[in-house]
Amino acid sequence: MAPAIRIQGRFVMPKLDLSRRTMVGGLAATGIALSSRTAPAQGAPVRIGELNSYSRMAAFAVPYRNGMQLAVEQINAAGGLAGLGGRPLEIIYRDDGSTPGDAVRVAEELVTRENVTFIAGAFLSNVGLALADFANQKKVLYLATEPLTDALTMGSGNPYTFRVRPGTYMQTKMLVDAAKDKGVKRWAVVAPNYEYGQSAVAAFKRLMGAAVPGFEVVAEQFPALGRVDAGATVGALAQSRPDGIFNVLFGADLTAFVREGNTRGLFERRTVVSLLTGEPEYLLPLGDETPDGWIVTGYPPEQVTTHGHPAFVTAYKAKFNDTPRLGSVLGYVVPFMIRDMFNKAKSTETPAMMEAFKGLTTQTICGPVTMRAVDQQSTLGAWVGETTLQGKLPTMKNFRYVDGADVMFPEAEVRAARKI
Amino acid sequence: MAPLLSVSGLEKRFGGVTAGKNVTFSLDAGEMLAIIGPNGAGKSTTFNMVGGQLKPDAGSIVLAGVDITGKPPREVWRLGVGRTFQIAQTFVSMSVVENVQMALISHHHQTRAVTSAATHLHREAALAFLARVGMAEMADRPVNELAYGDVKRVELAIALASEPKLLLMDEPTAGMAPKERTALMQLTSDIARAHGIGVLFTEHDMDSVFGHADRILVLVRGEIIAAGTPDDVRSNQRVKQVYLGEAGAQAALKARRQAVGAH
Amino acid sequence: MDLSFVVIQALSGLASASALFVIASGLTIVFGVTRIVNFAHGSFYMLGAYMAVTIVPWLLQFDRSPTLFFVGVIASAMVVGILGVIMELVLLRRIYKVPELFQLLATFGVVLIVQDVVLKIWGPVDITGPRAPGMRHGIEILGQRFPAYEMFLIFVGPAVLGLLLLIMHKTRFGVLIRAATQDREMVGALGVNQAMLFTGTLFLGAFLAGLGGALQIPRLPANTGMDLSIITEAFVVTVIGGMGSVPGAFIAALIIKMLEAFGILIFPKITLVLVFLLMAVVLVVKPWGLLGKPEVASGRAVLPEGILNLKAFTRTEALVWIGLAAALLLVPVFGDTYKVKVGIEIMVFALAAFSLNLLIGNGGIVSFGHAAYFGVGAYAAGLLVTGPLKAPMELALVVAPVAGGLAAALFGYFIVRLSGIYLAMLTLAFAQITYAICFQWVEVTGGDNGVVGVWPSRWAASREVYFYVVAALSLTTILALRHLFYTPFGYTLRAARDSATRADAIGIDVKTHRWLAFIVAGAAAGLAGALYSFSKGSIDPTMISISMSIDFLMMILTGGIQTVMGPLVGTAVFHSVKDFFMPLTDFWRFFLGVSIIAIVLIFPKGIVGAIDSLRERMGRGPAPQPKPAGEAA
Repeated sequence: MAPAIRIQGRFVMPKLDLSRRTMVGGLAATGIALSSRTAPAQGAPVRIGELNSYSRMAAFAVPYRNGMQLAVEQINAAGGLAGLGGRPLEIIYRDDGSTPGDAVRVAEELVTRENVTFIAGAFLSNVGLALADFANQKKVLYLATEPLTDALTMGSGNPYTFRVRPGTYMQTKMLVDAAKDKGVKRWAVVAPNYEYGQSAVAAFKRLMGAAVPGFEVVAEQFPALGRVDAGATVGALAQSRPDGIFNVLFGADLTAFVREGNTRGLFERRTVVSLLTGEPEYLLPLGDETPDGWIVTGYPPEQVTTHGHPAFVTAYKAKFNDTPRLGSVLGYVVPFMIRDMFNKAKSTETPAMMEAFKGLTTQTICGPVTMRAVDQQSTLGAWVGETTLQGKLPTMKNFRYVDGADVMFPEAEVRAARKI
Repeated sequence: MAPLLSVSGLEKRFGGVTAGKNVTFSLDAGEMLAIIGPNGAGKSTTFNMVGGQLKPDAGSIVLAGVDITGKPPREVWRLGVGRTFQIAQTFVSMSVVENVQMALISHHHQTRAVTSAATHLHREAALAFLARVGMAEMADRPVNELAYGDVKRVELAIALASEPKLLLMDEPTAGMAPKERTALMQLTSDIARAHGIGVLFTEHDMDSVFGHADRILVLVRGEIIAAGTPDDVRSNQRVKQVYLGEAGAQAALKARRQAVGAH
Repeated sequence: MDLSFVVIQALSGLASASALFVIASGLTIVFGVTRIVNFAHGSFYMLGAYMAVTIVPWLLQFDRSPTLFFVGVIASAMVVGILGVIMELVLLRRIYKVPELFQLLATFGVVLIVQDVVLKIWGPVDITGPRAPGMRHGIEILGQRFPAYEMFLIFVGPAVLGLLLLIMHKTRFGVLIRAATQDREMVGALGVNQAMLFTGTLFLGAFLAGLGGALQIPRLPANTGMDLSIITEAFVVTVIGGMGSVPGAFIAALIIKMLEAFGILIFPKITLVLVFLLMAVVLVVKPWGLLGKPEVASGRAVLPEGILNLKAFTRTEALVWIGLAAALLLVPVFGDTYKVKVGIEIMVFALAAFSLNLLIGNGGIVSFGHAAYFGVGAYAAGLLVTGPLKAPMELALVVAPVAGGLAAALFGYFIVRLSGIYLAMLTLAFAQITYAICFQWVEVTGGDNGVVGVWPSRWAASREVYFYVVAALSLTTILALRHLFYTPFGYTLRAARDSATRADAIGIDVKTHRWLAFIVAGAAAGLAGALYSFSKGSIDPTMISISMSIDFLMMILTGGIQTVMGPLVGTAVFHSVKDFFMPLTDFWRFFLGVSIIAIVLIFPKGIVGAIDSLRERMGRGPAPQPKPAGEAA
């Protein structure tokens, strides 16, 4: 079967589910890029298998896929993969079922049936780890784009796995660096009860403990993910009379927590440091109750002016009629990293690709991003700033882009953890 | 000779309701003993205490010299008590013969056997029991396809399969056509007499009671108010008053006439 | 702990309890009347919230008044109530005659469909609703601020309770609900229009769920995870209170939320497992919940929902199965690596499903938590090969069934003392406790990330060799289990299912036999779990999750629990359907849900059950209508 027809076949089905907003754009983009004879890219496409929680985690994953589609379209329009004779880049999207078990099966399908050159994606950490181990076992390259867990590049890291997004430790360190000068000693922490929440709290204790003498945690709350009993949780935190609050909740838990905390005055006269809260995915639902002055990591799409970012925002809006989310930025950055990797590797052989990724620097809309060789973690950063309301719209103020290179694990620690 | 079953001083209360009060009686091998009484008199309670489904609050039940008071049904059964239920209890997913085979499998302590197939175990013996109740030709029919009267016969065969000393039959003819009733009661009493099995039964149908019981206990509000042969009970003034009433007395008379006529 | 804090925390608990009760009351009423374990109740809750974030802001444009807010909330609940009626008319009405478990399957199909429909209509982003006008502030209590809206919620629960009790005791509809809850046949006997009663009940149930969801919008954004986050908790409340008991649900909600409000102070991670711990304790002590009553003994013997006639293979059947097995074994020769992979998974799940059907189809022991033993096997194997022992795969495959069997022995000891839905919920509770242990005990189990590096020994590392390892172990175990159905032990289990009373009266120790069956099934599931973990290379708590248990149920129901071999076909079909739709579209859950409902409607006996019926009809004319044996003539 010719690739173009295969793609047609793949994208006809989504029309059935009528997801116009998310799919038709993709259909048009890929269709134009690959089947039109005027497309500058030529030859058999290089196929990448991308699996993600498009169904369960659609709020993040769909903008992410949009970003990818936009980038792929631009890359192919501009001549495809120069290092591979101008072959077009093709990404095959699959739902990972949101469980490691399903994900590994889907990965197997992508590798054996779709003959993808390598696999990318995953949102959930346990899915990412399972895929990383699968990659290691099957000697397939895995570009972990979204999973945050530090284990991916540290203890459970392996030569086949590269991670793009700044991990839990890196993002926590950005926040600690931004908040340590306030000198707050008495902290209460609240985090969802799973690995991400636990690691973030552990990193926070370690980093803030090192930065602020007399640092202590006076209360800890770990509600089950998606099931926060906000009233009781806020009550328990307030009871400990902290001077600062470190929050790791996100999504619906965060909104419930913020509303309850606002009404009960939990955040008044307290320093609040909050992971990921500045990402539009989680910030927008807070609406006009967005608290002012929380120190957060995130992304203020309309306000970033560097590295050609506004052009990206304009193109994204034009194509999807929506403002980009953090997922979109990540999704947009990744194909360019892949392009540069191929241009360097000049091969689709796994060892060559692995070698090419190490130390590879890509110019992105976030600035230069380098794949650090020692832990195979990219230096993609995040924006750190304070939450605020512009009119009725939540966004960030006083923000700056923190380069991931400044907050990575010390190399010695990496070597110890990865036993290299 | 000691009686097969001797029950003395059984008491049972449910909350404030007395379902059994100083219930005392005995039963000999080969004897048919009926318990009658109005609804809620405590017949089923007495029954279930003997069968082990209920624990008495006080009193004792001795079967062939063994105290079975308060033992669970499965132990009571192992000591020689087979029973049938008011609403027939069979294994509805099995064939007629498999129902009897199950009883035999249990009788031979083979319920945990995992090597052989169950369908062949004790099949001959089960067929013999079915023949005894006249169900041999139905052996391989699914039990849920049988007419209700036949189900009751199967239940009787199941109860007999462990060669019990005592049969407990709770309203054995409930839900049956009159003709079937007589046939079943006749069958039961024949088997009981032939094999020296004591039969304790309750019954609403007075024809069955007065036609087939050797002795009758009358239970009212948990107490035995009369006991004796059908004739004794029939002529008992108190029984007439509180229970039998006119209709009952007529039925009793009719049953007697029939019994006399049969001789 | 000062007094003001205790008061505030207690008030928080009361408010949450109140909200939870409103939702659970609907579930308990629906169960009481229809006996349907309605998984879609959580979906109604979610729809209530989405309706409210749509309707209420629109109304508030006209006037930001509390009245309009509550008009919007009630309107949302009404819409959801009508959706409940639609579900009754379109789906449930057609399946009241099918086995109860199949109805559960159908409602789960609805859950999947609603998930994707909501995603389609409202999009993936959380939608935050407006606060209730006039209740945005906090009320000063003992120097602390408490949200006015939550103060209001505290009164909603008792008000709903009062209204429900009023309806139950003062209206004809309510009296019928109570009568049906106590004894369904009585209502039928009274000549009540059962269809109308059920429709009305579904309306009330869905309305209450919708109301519960709509009332949440000032506290919680409408989000796509709401259905699953509430449904287990709502079930736990109804079970602890006693299925069908509205006051019981109220008490249970109070206990749960108060324990939670204060429990998190001592154990900050307790929310994950608290409700299930509580449910396990309550059920062990009170087998019918706090205010529930034992099922009224049915007036007649009902045909059990499981294997009804156990026949040996005919020659044709044997040939078909041998052919299928041969075809399966040839997959690595002719199929690609992916087919081999799918083949491995189908065999592993088939083993787990087959062992579950020993319990459900043959023993009448409905387990909602079979993933516990699957997971224990997986973890035992995974931790053995990756832990300090670095044991080889061969040892792990021996230990895993032992571990699964031991877990089943421990949990089963308590489980077999219960019956019906309570038994099922206790299996779920134990599964969730196991899940929580694996989730929480990070140092040993790796928490939710699990443990990676669980790969087969070197000789079995190739996909093809491992395929044959799995084939050898799973097929022989399945054959052995199948043999068990036909042995005296298997018959004894079935006898106890048909009539526990009769079984007891012929000397069978019902509980002990059920316990032994539990252990056998647990061991087989444990083996399956180990085989699964080696095929994935990792272990993680999703292997023990509720959705895994539900998948196993789906598999055996799809195939047909009335048949011995059905689970194998069901596993293959279910897994293939999922595997077919997942790569095709983001909305694969929708199609999976539609497929499930189609199977329920088209094959109410499962696929193999349908084939059997068809053959019977062709073989000997119209199949005789089986009559329940005890039905009074």
